[in-house]
Amino acid sequence: MKETAKPIRHRHDVVIVGSGLAGLRAAVEVAGTCDLALLSKVYPTRSHSGAAQGGIAAALGNEEPDSWEWHAYDTVKGGDYLTDQDVAEVLAEDAPRAIFELEHMGVPFNRTPEGTIAQRAFGGHTREFGKAPVKRACHAADRTGRVVLDTLFGRIFRSGIRMFPEFQMLDLIRTGNRISGLIAYELATGRVHMFESRVLLLATGGFGKVYKTTSNCFANTGDGVYRAYRNGIPLEDMEFVQFHPTGIHRLGVLISEAARGEGGVLRNRNGERFMEKYAPAIKDLAPRDVVSRAIATEIREGRGIDGNDYVHLDLTHLGEKKLQEKLSEITSFARIYLGVDAVRQPIPVQPTCHYMMGGIPTNGDGQVLDDQGRAVPGFYAVGECACVSVHGANRLGCNSLLDLVVFGRRSGRNILTELPHLDWEPVSDSSADPISERIFHLKSASAGNRMAPLRAALQEIMMNLCSVFRTRKGLQQALTEIRDLEERSRRIVIENSGSHFNYALAEAFELESLLGLSEVIVCSALAREESRGAHFREDFPERDDENWLKHTLALHTTHGPKLSYKPVTLTRFEPRPRTY
Amino acid sequence: MDLRFRIFRYDPETDQEPYYRTYFLVAEPEDRILDCLNRIRWEQDATLSYRMSCAHGVCGSDGMRINGKCSLACQHLVKDLANFEVLLEPLPFFTVIKDLVVDMDPLFKRIQELPPYVMPSDDPPDRERIQTPEDAAKLDEVIRCILCACCTGACPVMGENPEYVGPAALVWAYRFVFDSRDEREQERLQRVNHPNGVWACVNHFECTRACPKHIPVTKCINILKRAIATVEP
Repeated sequence: MKETAKPIRHRHDVVIVGSGLAGLRAAVEVAGTCDLALLSKVYPTRSHSGAAQGGIAAALGNEEPDSWEWHAYDTVKGGDYLTDQDVAEVLAEDAPRAIFELEHMGVPFNRTPEGTIAQRAFGGHTREFGKAPVKRACHAADRTGRVVLDTLFGRIFRSGIRMFPEFQMLDLIRTGNRISGLIAYELATGRVHMFESRVLLLATGGFGKVYKTTSNCFANTGDGVYRAYRNGIPLEDMEFVQFHPTGIHRLGVLISEAARGEGGVLRNRNGERFMEKYAPAIKDLAPRDVVSRAIATEIREGRGIDGNDYVHLDLTHLGEKKLQEKLSEITSFARIYLGVDAVRQPIPVQPTCHYMMGGIPTNGDGQVLDDQGRAVPGFYAVGECACVSVHGANRLGCNSLLDLVVFGRRSGRNILTELPHLDWEPVSDSSADPISERIFHLKSASAGNRMAPLRAALQEIMMNLCSVFRTRKGLQQALTEIRDLEERSRRIVIENSGSHFNYALAEAFELESLLGLSEVIVCSALAREESRGAHFREDFPERDDENWLKHTLALHTTHGPKLSYKPVTLTRFEPRPRTY
Repeated sequence: MDLRFRIFRYDPETDQEPYYRTYFLVAEPEDRILDCLNRIRWEQDATLSYRMSCAHGVCGSDGMRINGKCSLACQHLVKDLANFEVLLEPLPFFTVIKDLVVDMDPLFKRIQELPPYVMPSDDPPDRERIQTPEDAAKLDEVIRCILCACCTGACPVMGENPEYVGPAALVWAYRFVFDSRDEREQERLQRVNHPNGVWACVNHFECTRACPKHIPVTKCINILKRAIATVEP
C-alpha cells in the first residue's frame, strides 16, 4: 500500500530557510511587519555561522587609519578581480554601519583601552591599497560567529516569529516563473509539510561536505543551492572553492586566521617561515588561496613535517596570556583533538575545505537572478548559498560574516518593498507527491547500495581530484566517477523506516544534493582553462583576463550542467597582476 | 581498539519502554565518540538517532551522558576512555524523544524568558557604545556558552526540583546582568531571585565540572546571589 498522506499545509507571507546569520539578519528586518516563518534543519543556535572564529571586517579605523575604499580594493584583489566591484563597494562602505548595529544589538566585542571595538589584522586586509596589513577585523576573542549568532537569535524573540526548527527543506515549489513555496520534512515526526509563501528566502549555507576534509559541519550539504538549481536557477562560479590553509591535521577543524593575525607563523619541516617566499610583502597574512597553495606546495616538495601531509602553525612566541585572551577557543581545539599545548608546541595543520564562493546568483538586494539575469519575483538568497558576487574567486577572511549581515539586511528591506506587489500563487496538495513518493520508496527499499560508502567515495574523489590543485585529466576522471556514483545512488537503501528523527532518510536527500553540486563544481572547473583565486589549474597556471574575466553560469539539463558566462562588473579597480 | 558500546534506545512509536543495545566497534585512539556513533549508524544500525552538527564543540548539539558524565560526544576521544566499555545515554531531566535525542524546548523557553537581548535605556549613538575592556572582560567566560545543556543535565538539583530554571539559564542571566550596556540589571536580578532561581543552587559544582567550555557556572550563580543580596535591604 502506498503512503501518500496529505502534506500539512502552512501559509506565511515570508518564509526564510536557514537560521544562520544571513537568515536571522533578514528575519530581524522583516519580523513584526508581516507574517514570517523561519525554518532550519538544526535548532537555530546550532547553525554553522556559530563556528566562525576570527572576526568581521569593517574599516572603523579604531586601531589605526583605515578607509572603506581600501577595504573594497582588498576585497576585489582578494577575489582575483572576479568580484563584482559595485557590490564590493556596497559591502565595504556599509560595513561600519553594520558593525555599530551589531554592537547596539549587544554583540560582546573585544575593546580597545579607549572602550571602542578592538580590531586585529587578517589575511589580505591592507592599508593604502596593499602596502601593509591593517587591523580591520572586529572580534570577540576567537568565537565571533558564535556571539553574533547568539545575539541575533536573542533579538528575533523581540518581535515574535514562527520558528520551525529541525525542518529540512526537501524541494521548492515552482509555479511558472515564481517560487511559490517549499516542501519540508519534519525530523521529529517524519511528517511532510508544505509551506506556501509570497516571498521565499534561502539562507541555507554552503556545502563543504562534498569534500573529505572540511571545516564545515554535517548540516552543510547545500540543500538550498541544489534545489534552486533543480528548479531552473543557474549556479554561478561554482568552481571557486576555498580551502582554508589551517585546518587541524586529519580532522579539518578550523584554526582561525586570527592566529596569524595575532602574529602566528607557518613553518615547514626545516623550521623555515616559508610564506616569506610566496608573499614577501604580507607573508603569513596573504589571502587564503595563496597560503593554501603554498602549504600544498611545501608538502608536495617534501617539506611537510617529517615528510608528512601537514605543516606547523607556530604560536609559541605569542605567550600564554595572549592565547588565553584572544585565541582560547583554537588553543582548546589543539589540546582536545591533538593533545598539543599551543603555548609550547606548534599545531599540525593542512588546508581544509572551508567556503564556497559560488552559489545562487543574486543582485545586491538578495534577489535571485534567472538564466536571463532577471530577478525572480519573491525569491531571495543570502549568505554562503548565494553568489552576489562580493567574494569573486577567493573570499577574504572576515568578509563572510560581513556579507551575511549586510546583504541579510538589504534582502529584508527589499522584501518589505516588494511584498505588497506579490500575490499568492495557487499551490495544490499534489505538489508534494513526488517527495512523498520518494520518501515512501526510500523507507520501503529492502535491497540496494548503502548510502555512507557512496558519500565517502564522493568526498574522496572531490578531495583528490578537485581541491587546491586541478588538472583536466583529474577533473575528467572525477566527472566520470561522480556520474557513476550518481547512477549507483539511484538504488540506495537506508535501512530505517522509522518516523522519529530518521537521520538516514534526511541524509539520503542530502546525498542527492552533494552529488549534484559536485558535478556542477567539476564541470565548471573543467571548462575554466585558467587559474584565478581558489581555482588553480596546473595545466593553465596563469590568469587569463582576455578569455576568462567572466562569471560561470551552470544551468541544469538532463544531460548535465549547461555552461554559459556573464561579464564581471568593474567600477574603479582595473585588473592588475595579483601579488602580495 | 576494540570497544563495546551500550546505547540507550527508545522509539515511542514502537517501544513500550527504553532498552539498551550493544554494538561492537574497532576505533582509533584519536577518534571522537561522535565518530564512533556515526560509524555505528552508517555501518551497523541506521535506526539510531542522536543530534550532531559541527563535530568540534561549537554548536552544542551532541550533549549526552557518556559513561555517566554529561559531555559532548565530539569532544570526547576514544583514548580518553577509562576502559573499553562505553555507555551512552540521553541527557537526564529532559524528555526523551528518540534514543539520545531529548526535548530541549524547556531550556530554550527559559532563555527566551530572560529576555536574551540587551536593553539600554538611551538611543544608540552614531558609533559603538563605549565599554571599557574591564567591563567587556566580565562577559568573557559566560559568552562561551553553547547551550548544550550538559550543566543542566549534570545538576543534582534538577532531579529534586524540576521547576529549577537550571544552570544554563542562569549563565545567560549573568551574561545580561553584567553587560554594562544593559540597564535592566535590577529587573533581571529580581527575575532569578526566587526559590526556583539562583536560590535553588546549593553548590554541588557538578555544572562547573560538566561544562565542556570551562565556564565557572557555579561561581557565576554565586555572583548573581551576591548581587541580589547587595541590593536588598
